Amino acid sequence: MLPAPAPVINSTTAEFWKATTEGRFILQRCDACDIVLWFPRRNCPKCWTENVSTFDAQQTGTIYSFTVVRKGTGAFKDAGPFVIAYVELADGPRIMTNIVDCDIDALHIGMPVEMVFHDTGEGSALYRFRPASR
Amino acid sequence: MTIRGAAYVAGIYEHPRRDIPDRTLFEIHTEVALGALADAGLAMSDVDAVFCDDTAGFGPMSLVEHFGLRPSYFDSTETGGSSYLAHVGHAAAAIAAGKCSVALITLAGKPRTGRHEVSFASGSDAGFESGWGIAGAPHTYALAAQRHMYEFGTTSAQLAEIKVAASIHAQYNPNAYLPYAVTVEDVLNSPLVADPLHRLDCCVVTDGGGALIVVSPEVARSLNRTSAKILGHGEAIKHTNNGGIDLTYTGAVWSGPRAFAEAGVSVADIKYASIYDSFTITVLQTIEDLGFCEKGQGGKFVMDGGLVAPFGKLPFNTDGGGLCNNHPSNRGGITKVIEAVRQMRGEAHPAVQVPNCQISLAHGTGGSLGSKHGSVTLILGQEDA
Repeated sequence: MLPAPAPVINSTTAEFWKATTEGRFILQRCDACDIVLWFPRRNCPKCWTENVSTFDAQQTGTIYSFTVVRKGTGAFKDAGPFVIAYVELADGPRIMTNIVDCDIDALHIGMPVEMVFHDTGEGSALYRFRPASR
Repeated sequence: MTIRGAAYVAGIYEHPRRDIPDRTLFEIHTEVALGALADAGLAMSDVDAVFCDDTAGFGPMSLVEHFGLRPSYFDSTETGGSSYLAHVGHAAAAIAAGKCSVALITLAGKPRTGRHEVSFASGSDAGFESGWGIAGAPHTYALAAQRHMYEFGTTSAQLAEIKVAASIHAQYNPNAYLPYAVTVEDVLNSPLVADPLHRLDCCVVTDGGGALIVVSPEVARSLNRTSAKILGHGEAIKHTNNGGIDLTYTGAVWSGPRAFAEAGVSVADIKYASIYDSFTITVLQTIEDLGFCEKGQGGKFVMDGGLVAPFGKLPFNTDGGGLCNNHPSNRGGITKVIEAVRQMRGEAHPAVQVPNCQISLAHGTGGSLGSKHGSVTLILGQEDA
């Protein structure tokens, strides 16, 4: 499995990362202007209100762009070739992530993908994607 | 108020070395500062404004202390490799406002022989744009290249043409890190770093530095050395836009029009361009975004020697650029201005000097096309432009 180094967590992102340990991917929506937010924040970046609420997002999307990193460094030094991507979620945001459990040569922009969670062992799980099963 | 004609670049200096294990970061700052001042015919005691990035210590304070100066103006705007082009614009504005008259801009760094770490994600993005195995700029720029290829049919061979053009120029620069010409095949046969970018799509990693002296018109007139007139400046930051990132364009779509409007010129007037070349894709997207060709047509534009000096459609990076010559401190902005000034002075290598080079452009892209970056466009003219 691709290494899953623990992310930096702060008071604003704690709820998000706790949800990942339960297999949930939560997004925020601004109650005032109704846009979906990415990444988690206290204030809406469009109208700056603090009236934002969370919802359980769909765990599907399509590949917006991707690259195959031929040789990693640090925690990824021995990972072999791996994939960094932007996935456009069904709920809208384009998020940076990894594509895993895939045939690297078969990846393409527009490919449907579904979310998997990789436990970091430190109270969080990384949200990654694999080719959709159907 | 505009800065058009309010300030001049009177001195330039590019450190000749690419490996500098025997100097500290601050010693390199001093070396390049004295070099640029000597080029202008000025002394350190003439400096009344200091500009630097945030790798030079605690804001501008460390460097000002190191130089032993007491400037009336300072600025440590940090937008990665484009910082120094922003510094030129900010210095010109400060000079126009009467805050200073001799501004010193320096860059130094030792990514080859010293410690060098820059975090691309240290704000509220921390945890969301790092941790995916991103270990350097190539990984996120590759995302932009892949999407551009998907939307516009751009090919790896077209990207390679950009490296080839830079390498043709680098042959004439004895200080270049890679002072020899390469072919499209050489680029395509070099190892993939992060698909679709090959090793030769990436800039060099070099120790080094550079400096610029920006002065008031009065000071410029008092000097024996030919200056370059600052005609226009535009800057912009493009970011992930709340999950709405579009990887096919850069902040040049905003910084370019601002600079052209201030200068009162159009792309047709530009005889030479220093285009930030951290990667081949950086050049391709920037050329499109500045309006040298239609969006998506950059691949066609760079083919058949389109970027090769002196007679290509848009002669670029005649020093060999970051792709072949120098990318000191992993930041290519200051050398972009330096080579543009050489062209304005008629002091580029004769093989690549653009004849009648009255107006030039220098553009910086600092940060990442794959997430957030600072774009800065400068338009320079000959002294009497």
